[in-house]
This record gives sequence, C-alpha cells and structure tokens, in this order.
Amino acid sequence: MIRIFYKSRYDFLRFWRIAAALTVAFILLGLASFGFTGGVNYSIEFTGGTLMQLTFKQPPDVATLRSTVESAGISGAEITQYGEATDYTIRAQDAASVESQAAGAEGIAKRIGDALTTRYGADEVTVVRTEAVGPKVGAELRRGAILALILTSIISLVYLAIRFDWRFGTAAVLSLVHDVLLTMAFIKLFDIEVSLTVVAAVLTVLGYSANDTIIIFDRIRENLKKDRKASLYDLINRSINETLGRSIMTHATTLAATLALLFFAGEVLRPFSIVMAFGVVIAVFSSMYVASSLLLYIEARYPRAEEDRQHRVGAAEEMQALASGGSAGRKTAKARNAAPAR
Amino acid sequence: MANLRSRLLIILGCVLVSAWTLFPRTVIERVKRDGVFVYDTVQRVPLKKGLDLQGGMHLTLEVDESKQAVADKAEALDRALKVIRQRIDEFGVAEPVVQKIGTDRLIVELPGIDDPERAQSVVSEAAFLQFQVTDRTQAFERVVARLDQAAAAAGITAATSTSAGDTAKRVGVTSLFGGDSAAGDSASRDSAAAGADSAAPPTDGRGLFASRVAPGAIPGQYIVAAEDFPLLERALSTPSVQAVLPPGKQLKWGAEEVENGAQRFRELYMLDTKPIITGDYLVDARPNSDPVDGNVVTFTLNNEGGRRFRNETAKHLKENMAIVLDDKVMTAPTIQSAIGRNGQITLGGGTLQAAQDLALVLRAGALPVPLKITEVRNIGASLGEDSISKGVRALMLGVALVVLIMIGYYRFAGMLAVGALILYVLYTLAVLAGFNAVLTLPGLAGFVLSVGIAVDANVLIFERIREEIDGGKSVRLAIDEGFNHALSAIIDSAVTTILSGAVLYQYGSGPVRGFAVTLIAGVVASLFTALFVSKTFFMLWLQQTRGAKALSI
Repeated sequence: MIRIFYKSRYDFLRFWRIAAALTVAFILLGLASFGFTGGVNYSIEFTGGTLMQLTFKQPPDVATLRSTVESAGISGAEITQYGEATDYTIRAQDAASVESQAAGAEGIAKRIGDALTTRYGADEVTVVRTEAVGPKVGAELRRGAILALILTSIISLVYLAIRFDWRFGTAAVLSLVHDVLLTMAFIKLFDIEVSLTVVAAVLTVLGYSANDTIIIFDRIRENLKKDRKASLYDLINRSINETLGRSIMTHATTLAATLALLFFAGEVLRPFSIVMAFGVVIAVFSSMYVASSLLLYIEARYPRAEEDRQHRVGAAEEMQALASGGSAGRKTAKARNAAPAR
Repeated sequence: MANLRSRLLIILGCVLVSAWTLFPRTVIERVKRDGVFVYDTVQRVPLKKGLDLQGGMHLTLEVDESKQAVADKAEALDRALKVIRQRIDEFGVAEPVVQKIGTDRLIVELPGIDDPERAQSVVSEAAFLQFQVTDRTQAFERVVARLDQAAAAAGITAATSTSAGDTAKRVGVTSLFGGDSAAGDSASRDSAAAGADSAAPPTDGRGLFASRVAPGAIPGQYIVAAEDFPLLERALSTPSVQAVLPPGKQLKWGAEEVENGAQRFRELYMLDTKPIITGDYLVDARPNSDPVDGNVVTFTLNNEGGRRFRNETAKHLKENMAIVLDDKVMTAPTIQSAIGRNGQITLGGGTLQAAQDLALVLRAGALPVPLKITEVRNIGASLGEDSISKGVRALMLGVALVVLIMIGYYRFAGMLAVGALILYVLYTLAVLAGFNAVLTLPGLAGFVLSVGIAVDANVLIFERIREEIDGGKSVRLAIDEGFNHALSAIIDSAVTTILSGAVLYQYGSGPVRGFAVTLIAGVVASLFTALFVSKTFFMLWLQQTRGAKALSI
C-alpha cells in the first residue's frame, strides 16, 4: 500500500503569517496592476468588436499583414500569432464599426477578408473563425458574468450556512472570496484574455475550492465531537493532516485532467485550462491555510457556548500568542503535537 | 445475495439503456449531396455537436427600433421568427435553429454553412416589396431650392464629404478654416462657405442639391455622381430635409451603382408615397434567366392583389413604376399595359444566385419588423474538426493519467474505481444524448475535467476505508463504514458543483451552457458510479473472495 503523507504531523497553522503575507502580496500586486494598466483583457464577446482567425499557407510577414488590414480601413487592430506560425488572429475593437455592421453596412470582417484575399490570394489564406459582437450584447454578457459570480458566492454562502454553523460558513465563504481575488490577480498579472469560458473556469474553481474546504471542515467538526480536550489549534492541524492524503490525491486527478487540457486541447481552450490549473493548485492552499486560519480566528473572536468552552480558551490564547511574536504559540503547538494525538 | 444480484441488474440495465441511447441510429436529415440539400437517411450517433465543433454560423438579431417604433415587439418577433425559419428552410441548411431569446432577440444557428455572407443576408433582409409610381409633376424641381436651404441649415455642406460622420457643428468649424482644401471644384467651395455661415445665401444660388443632382432618363428619375452619394444620402436622411418634401412624395435611391463608361452614378427617384401594391399580396416568386433582361425574378400575386394591380397599372399607363425592395429602387420600368397577377423584377447585373435568393426571401415574405444583427460568429468546418480531434486527444490523455494515478496508488481498489470510471464515461454521454444536449468545445473541456473530478468521490471513500482498516475494523466493515462516512462530503461536493453549474447555465450563452450541462451531467453520473457502482464492485469482490482478510487499497 502506497501512502503519501501517512500519519503526517505538520503544523500547518504555524505558517499562517507567511501564507497570509504571500497571498495578500499577490492580490495587492494584482490590484496594483489594475491601477496601472486598467482593467483585464476582455475578449471580443465582452467588449464588442470583430475577431478573425486566419490560417496562412506560409507564415506571413506581420508588417505586411498589418498594412493589409490597415489598407482595408481598419486602424488599431490587434494582430497576434495564435498557436502555429501560420495562424493569426486579428482583433478590431472599434465600437462604431460594429454598430455600422449591425446596421447592415459592409462588415469589418468582410472588408478585412476581401483585402486579405486581394493581397495574398484566395488559396494562401483562409478565414477559419469570425466573431463580431455588438457593444450592447457585450455589455449584457459582462453584466451576466459579474452577476453569476456574485450569485454563486451567495448560493455557496447559503449552502454552507445551512450545512455548517455560521462560523464555519463565514470562514469558508471568506476563503472563497480570497480564491476569486487570487484568481483575478492571476488573470490580470498573466494577462489572460477573459472570455465567457474563463468566467466558467473561475466559477468551477469556486465550486471546486468549496469542496475542498468542506472536506477539511467536515473532519474538523467530526474531531470536535470526538475530542473535547484538545485545543482548536491542534484539532484543526490534526484534521488537515488527516485529510492531507486525500486532498493531494483528489487534486492530483483533477490536475491531471486539467494539464491534459492545457497541453493537448489546443489554443482555444488554453486560457480556460490555465485558469483552471491555477485554481486547482490554489484550492489546496486556500482550504489548508486560508479557510482553516480564518476558522481559528473566528472561533477565537466569537467563542462557542458552554459545551466547547475549552476550545475557545485554547484558541484565543494561541491566537494571541501567535500574534505577539509567535514563538510562544509555536512552542505550545509543538509541545502539543509531540504528545500523542489521541 | 439477492441484494447484490439486483444491484448488478440495475447497473447492467443502465449500461444497456446507455448503449441503446448512444447507438448510431438512422435518422432522416437534410444533407448536402453535390451541393444541393436533400432529405436523406443517415447513420449517426445521437450526440449533437455545437457550432464550434462542426462549423457554422451563429447570428443574434434584435428588433431595430431606430427605423420604426414597434408596438408589440414580442408578437412581431414571433412573426419574424416564422418568416426567418421559412427562408432558412428553403435556403437549405442541415439542422438550423431559430429561437426567440427573451422578448426582443432572435438567435439563428446555421451549421455547415459555406457562404456566410449570403446566409446572413437571407436571414436579415427585410424583403419589404413595394410598387410605387414615379413622379411626373416636377416635384423635385419645385422643392430643390428649399431642400438646399434645409441642408445648409442642418450644416450639411460639401465639406462634410471629407469628414463624413462628424457632427454638424464640427463641419462648420472645419470649413471655416479650410473650405478650399475640402474639395476641388468651385461649387463645393461655395457650399462650404454656405455651411460656415448658414445665414448667408449661397453665392451663386446653387446649393447642395441643385449643383449635384441632374435629371435622369425617365420622369422622376435623377442621377448623382457616385462620389457625391454619401454626402447626399446623409442630407436626405436628415429629418429637417425630409420635412421639405411635398406631401405624398418621397425620394428613394436606386439599389446599385450604375456605370456609364468611366462615370459611376447613383440613381435617385421621386416617388408617390402611396404604393400601388406591396409584397403582402405575393404568393409565389421564381428566379429566371431572361435573354433580354438577364437574371430576373418572376412573381405571382393572389387574386385580390392581381385585381388591384391591374386596376392601378391601367390608371398609370405609359408611366413608370418603381419596384422598391427595402426602400431601394430595383428598377423602374414603363407600364406598357395593365398588369395582372404576374410580374417580373429585373435585377440589372445581378447573378442568378442573387435572383434565387431574392425569390426565396420574397416567397417567405417580408420581415414584420426591421431586424439588426448584433452578433455574428462564424466557425469554419476545419477548425471544428481540429477542435474535436484535439479535445478527444486531451480526453484520452486525461483518462489515461487518471487511470494511471488511481491504479498506481490504490492498486486493486483503483482498478475497481477505473471500472466505475468507464461506466461513468458511458453514462455521462448517454445522459447528454438523452437530454438532447449539444456538445460544445467548452463542453468537451468540462467533460475532460469531470473525469478528473469523478474519481474524487472514489478517493474520499478509499481514504476513509484505509482509515477504518487502520482503526482495526474488518475489511467488510471498513468498506461499509468508508462508504457511509464519505457520503456527506461527496454529496456536499456534488451540490456545490451543481449549483455553480446551474448559475453558469442561467447566465452563459451557447458554448458555455454546453460546459455547464456536461459538468452537471458528469456530477450526477459520478454520484451514481462512485456511490452505487463501485460499492457493488466491492460487494461482488467480497462475495467472490468470501470475506477476504486483506484488501489491496
């Protein structure tokens, strides 16, 4: 029987400061880059505009391609290589032209297409995909995506509140918010194009991360019932250790599928797969560090009634100890961990 | 072991039903044979591919209220939907989708289209046909001076042609500074000056219309040089200019540019506003090739329409009748004799295909409201095929990796999980086919992902069983406890995933909906395979080994 992290006794919570510093730094970095370079890189479906994907027989010269597009009267188009050296996309996000296309005028896509055929010949270049989205549709989709994010968070909150008590629920939801912020910072910092599929990935990450948190919290609750003597700090640590093996395994299988998508499913799905892969990795981190640390904090701040009094005292002491230098807390934690768990 | 037997029977039954659901079947479908669409029987797996996987065109249309106010949008949209459906059916598309979204939007999906532009115009053309008599009263000449004044007052001058699309105010300013550079000839300089100070009268009395519109060959017809067309079109679409036209008369442009040697013209017609007849009376329209007129569309009116048409044309003998399609004059032939039920529209230089398309849209009827296209997506068939092959490759690899991890780590129990996973794949596909779900590229991604997530439930159960065995329980008891204790966590994870999937379905569009559907179908199938199927496998193993001492897990 192979077992990873079997009977591990890591003191996860001890590193909560480092974890918090890292994740807050990453999120702040993301927010700061929002301030410097404006919003995220929205795809055509959100901004409105025209996107064309072209396949050439021979790799084209980008300057020639650009001048051809400009000769069609489209300025400021974004031309990027897409996957293979012969594949290119052209993005023109000119709202006015989209309107005129919607009004039945000669579309941008047609104009670019005609210019390309004249320049390169019909055999040399093929338009494999065209998307033209009016600004109104884009704005609606954007609104829908934001609404979907908020709605998913609220639904998770309600579900978790029913499923656990409010302390667990709040910790879990705050960690979900953390996940969303972290993923957005990632999307922003790595300049990933935000399409509807990427929003779908973020929502899936949300659901997935919630699963993971639920598994640990389930174990914490179970241990709370079983063991009324241990401090909450130890209890949470023990619960994380006990669920560590399965957390690693469930993530390994999901990550395997995600990586298969990332490397083999092609260019169209790449943004989705990258966000998904990032999400799967941070889901481990967030349920172990963020959700659990938050739970400890909330339990210390808003202690439970009679039956769990000793947890509260222990937790409050340890939070204080951790906050004031940490060495004392670490020592007690170590001492407790050294003692037999049961 | 009646319990075990009934469990096995249930699993087998599900396998049979799934296999039957997914079995390739014979359906009658429109297929393309030698470029023509015919109904034929084809064998295919009943899993529908989305446009992004099979190639095709997606259009979103909206009621265009900029042209006319629409009282009952929903009702008008229903009628528009019928018209579009009929047009598409005749146009020939394998499996089109025409759907109303909300109260003011239609989506049209045309799989396997190879001429997207043509398809787009067949769908969105209003096809409002009118027959209007051209003016013989010199109405244009009588109002041309006032037209010029109105245009000048609206700030539309020759300078506009170089900065078309700008606001009237800015045109005035530009022409103040550079009236000369705006255009070469003296006439334009004059009108530029007029634009700069609209209170001052044009210097030589020749305004925008007077200088640029010349009488044509027939009464009521005028010609305009092609380069002046954008400017005049803009002037004519200004309400204050429109208001100057005499009551009961209107100006309409010819449909296409006319070439005469090196010169290019657009025709402008002064018409009686009240049409002799409209396309409402039309019962049939056919494309035709005429040796004299080229490609034409011949049409037939119903009895009432024919009677009215005969009466009206008899009244207007030797006059010209403009055939107006979507506010553009197609031709304006002279009425030689009273015309009854049958008539003909000449297309000028149009191709036979253009005649076919026109006949098609006329037969299907006009759109009851003007529609505008707000979204076009067009995916080439080759890209779709490429996406499928890449997606399938990712799926294979994903499954292989998951199988490797499960068997490598959980050994025998892992094999049971893999067995359950195979059934999972089968069931999920069957659920998708059963619900007539459309498989899209994000859907394919969702499916690959769900394979990774599907075994999670098995992992939870196996880890729990290991713990129970560690705790000193017998294998049989450990398995039972393992399944029981993991249950709540599995249900939780299923519920959270289904909830986020449901939200996605609600707010997503086409392809993303496909993702949501596969995700939800996957989670439901995995609940069954992880909780029921793999438990049955364990029970079967326990029975075969008569309560084994050691479990390879």
